[in-house]
Formats: sequence, structure tokens, C-alpha cells
Amino acid sequence: MPSQLEGSLAMARAIARCRPEVVCAYPITPQTHIVEALSRMVAAGELAPCEFVNVESEFSAMSVAIGASATGARAYTATASQGLLYMAEALFNASGLGLPIVMTVANRAIGSPINIWNDQSDSMALRDCGWIQLYATDNQEAADLHVQAFRLAESLSVPVMVCVDGFVLTHAVEPLEVPDGELVDAYLPPFQPRQVLDPSEPVTIGAMVGPEAFTEVRYLAHAKQIEALDEIPRLAGEFERSFGRASGGLLGPYRCGGAETVVIALGSVNGTLEVVVDELREEGRSIGALAVKSFRPFPLGELRAELGGARRVIVLERAFAVGVGGILSADVRAALEGAGCETHTVIAGLGGRPITRRSLRAMLDDADAGRLEPLRFLDLRTDVVERELVRSRGGGRPGPHAENILRELGIVAAGPV
Amino acid sequence: MFEVRFHGRGGQGVVTAAELLSLAAFEDGLQAQAFPSFGSERMGAPVIAFCRIDEHPIRLREPIAEPDAVVVQDATLLHHVDVFGGLAPDSYVLINSARELDELGLEELRTRHRPERLLSVPASEIARRRIGRPIANAALLGGLTALAGLTSLDALQAAIAERFGSSTAAEGNRLAAADAYAHVSAHLQATRA
Repeated sequence: MPSQLEGSLAMARAIARCRPEVVCAYPITPQTHIVEALSRMVAAGELAPCEFVNVESEFSAMSVAIGASATGARAYTATASQGLLYMAEALFNASGLGLPIVMTVANRAIGSPINIWNDQSDSMALRDCGWIQLYATDNQEAADLHVQAFRLAESLSVPVMVCVDGFVLTHAVEPLEVPDGELVDAYLPPFQPRQVLDPSEPVTIGAMVGPEAFTEVRYLAHAKQIEALDEIPRLAGEFERSFGRASGGLLGPYRCGGAETVVIALGSVNGTLEVVVDELREEGRSIGALAVKSFRPFPLGELRAELGGARRVIVLERAFAVGVGGILSADVRAALEGAGCETHTVIAGLGGRPITRRSLRAMLDDADAGRLEPLRFLDLRTDVVERELVRSRGGGRPGPHAENILRELGIVAAGPV
Repeated sequence: MFEVRFHGRGGQGVVTAAELLSLAAFEDGLQAQAFPSFGSERMGAPVIAFCRIDEHPIRLREPIAEPDAVVVQDATLLHHVDVFGGLAPDSYVLINSARELDELGLEELRTRHRPERLLSVPASEIARRRIGRPIANAALLGGLTALAGLTSLDALQAAIAERFGSSTAAEGNRLAAADAYAHVSAHLQATRA
């Protein structure tokens, strides 16, 4: 039975039913509601024998998760934005050591300029840290993915990041079904660690590895992620049979079959995209959408198969690589090499700017009219940018862009005038 | 799909209002999605929250730009924030104030909209009487329920019970919602007659 819940609370309850043994976290918006809810459950003894460890930073959060997981405990943490960056070094250690930690990233922009709103710059910045990265398209999937994430992490001994659009999903209240506890117990058996730090049977974990074996160890990390390309759809299938609803998997195609134009995206924007696709289909236009749910590992072959007949592919991204453009786009282009379809990158929704139906439709009209550039920033205020460029070329001491633009837009608290 | 936009100030519970409306819709067997306009909320700063209600699952994730109803928790926002932005002529407007719309400087709005859908309700006064504090949420939702009929009053009461449990706040909010519902119903009946 669904109930009307905030996304964060549904995730917290789903995580609780996965019976984590150690939850360690440092609060950061917009992740806070998830760990607050978990800390209350631990304090009330509902998760016994789970321990909630208050840490003094995200670096410590990940370090505690590493220590806990290495002693054989099911470990969970959550973070966002600067917090994820702060734990960067420990993230590589967790994946390098093959520790099956599960972490929620409540996606948020990265400063500077400081911004607490949603985009996916944070998890994209840690794209190559060796963690599996799953992206939730809606809140039901966000809750369900955590159950699958623990199973996946422990079956392959790899850490898994569940990326959930901050605010857009974490703070939305909707009808949601918390995965049933008994079904979770059946789906997710107790953690059987592949390696355990135990004083009674001492072993070394984390040895120094020189040139004679480093490549081999790194290759194995890659091989495990490639294995996950089979494991992810298998576990999603098992989840669907057991829980009676589809969640997760590698890709989420929506009216893609035979579509001339397909828009590819990660995360919650797929909801709005589906509505736009329906509207345009109603008008007789040949369009579909494709959600990428597993970004690491990246399903190159599956994506190519899904996009078989498309003439035009538009990759809609909530983050970008300064100096080149799309991030997801690079992987999509690799998947489509030689397929003969045109590709575009559209950067949208940075720092919390809403991605609206109206803007998406205007962009798709431009695409049909041959006016869509290879790289476009959706809803970019070019007049504002142009004026700031003129100012910055004017010599003297033009000052920082962010404050100049805030002042121009008349936004208060922008510093001295 | 019916879309409601709530305007208030940080600390007045605008996010809770949207959540309560979504809960009431859920109680009535409808699909609902409530979400805040995300910002670094500060006490007193203008805040917006949204609620969509539909018979079908809601996939849309954009803010509400063209609301079917606007609820203004704090009348001091009226001339500072574009609370009526994107409003259609047949949209509903409910303002928390003991004063009539004309006294609030909204005569012009009346000429553009269906007048029977524009209303003020003394929600803070009702709340002060019933809860002991001017937390106008429940009263405003009671008024909106009478004005726009999105959900039943029973569903709203059930939502209040679920959100506030069996506390005294729950009872106060329940009574405030009922008072405002009666107030607006009586007003509508009087104007129709």
C-alpha cells in the first residue's frame, strides 16, 4: 500500500529495511532529511543492532564506512555536493578495496559560486572513482534502488552510489511504497563479506602494490563493473518479480521504438521529458526518451541497441565539463560510433534552474527546424552574459562575475554597490 | 490536473501547507505531489510551495508557473512578490487577511478574474483563537476546500490528524480548518443568494 511520503523519508525507510549495521553521516543539504530520519530510527532502537556514528566531516564519514565495511558490517552513508568532493580520496579507497558500501548522493551543484540547489555536477565530478553509479528517475525508484544497491554491492564486492536529484526528488511528497520488510529480507540476505578484519584471524587489507601488479588490480575493478552490466538487469528483474513493480535496470526507454528523435537523460528530468514526449506524439511527431539508470558501468551495447533507428539523439545533461561540453554525451557518442545519427548536447537545470516543458518543447522545435547547435545551454540568458563579457574586457578592475551579475539582476545581498 | 501555489514567509509553514493538501488529496484517493521552491529559507523571507493534484500518476517535475489556485499566507507579500503571476482569469485566489480584497488594494484583480473565485479569509485570527498561535495553514486549507472543492473536508481533517498525530495542535488545527471552511461556505452562499 502506498502512502503519501517525502522522498527522503521513503528512502530512509527503505534503507532501514535493508538492515544496515553502521550508518555514518555528516549533514549537508539536501541529503539531511534522509540521515535525520535514519538517526531517529537508530535512536529509537528500531534498527538494532545498527550503530549511528556522528562524524565531524564527510572525509570521516567515508573513512568510518570503509572501516565498518572492512570488519564485515553493512555500511551506509549519504552526502551531496561539497561533501562528496570532501570525501573524494576515501571514495577511491573504498572502491579500490572492493568494499560494498552504499551511499546516497542527493545531487546538488558545486561551488563556486556557492549554490545549494540541484544539478548533477557532484556525482559527475566523481564519475571515475570506481563506484557504481545508479540514477533514480523518480522517488519510487529512489527507494527501490537502495534495496537493489545493497544486493548488487555485496554480490560483486563493489561500492554503489544511488544518485537522487536533490530537492526535486528528496523534498517532494508523493504516493510512495516503502519496499516491504519481509520481501526485502528475502531479496537481500545477510552480508557475507569477502574479506574481514578480525583480530582473531589477522589479515592485511590495503597493501601497497607496485608496477608489477597495479595494472592487474585496476583491471579487475573494471572487470567487476563490466560484470555489473549483467548483474544490474538480473537483479532488477528479480526485484520486479518479487516486489511486483519495475525499478532500476540499465536503461529506461520511453516510446523509443522507431522514434526518429530520442532525448537521453539521467535522473528526475525524465518525468517531465515523458510528459513532453506524450504531448509531441499526440501531434504526430516521432520522438522518444531514454533514461540512463546505470551511468557506471555505462551500458554501451545496450544503449546502441535501444537507439537502433534514431536519426537524431539529444543528450540532456544537468552538469557539464567546462571547456568541452557534455559528460554523458561523450559516452553516448562512443556507444553510437558509426551509427550515422546526429547528436546534440543540451545543458540544462544547472544550480536549480527549472527544466520546463516550455523550454524543452522550444528546444525540440529548434531541433526539427535544424536550428539546434551541437552544444546548447538551455534558457541561457545571453544578454546577461554578453554585458558581463563587455564589462570584463573593459580594463581596470571589473570584479568577480558572480557578484557583477547578481548586482545587474538586482538581487539583494550581492555585496557593495 | 489541478495546480496550487502557496506563497508565504519562512516560518509560516508554507511547505507544510502544500504537504497537507497533498495528504488530503491522497486520503481522497487522488494522486498528489507537493514540493517546496527550494531556497536557503530564512525566517521571514518569501517562500513558495506547490501542490499538484490529479487522477493519474504525476510525472511532471517543473515548478507551477500557471496555477489553478493561489494561496497567500501573508498579505504583506501582495505588493512585493508577483503572487498572481501566471494566473488564469478563472483561477482561485485565497488570501489570509481579515480585510476585504478592495481594502488590500486588489480592486484591479477583481476586474480581471471571476470575482466569486477571489476571497480573503481571516485565517490568522481563526488560528489564534483555535491554536493559540497565528499558524494559518489549516484554516487556509479549510477555506480553500470550501472555495475550490479539491478535496473533502473529511480528507483534510484526516490529513491534519496524520500530520500532527493526537497532539493538542492537531485538535486546534482541525477546529481551525472547520471554522474557515464554514466561514468561506457562508460567504459563498451569501454572494450567490
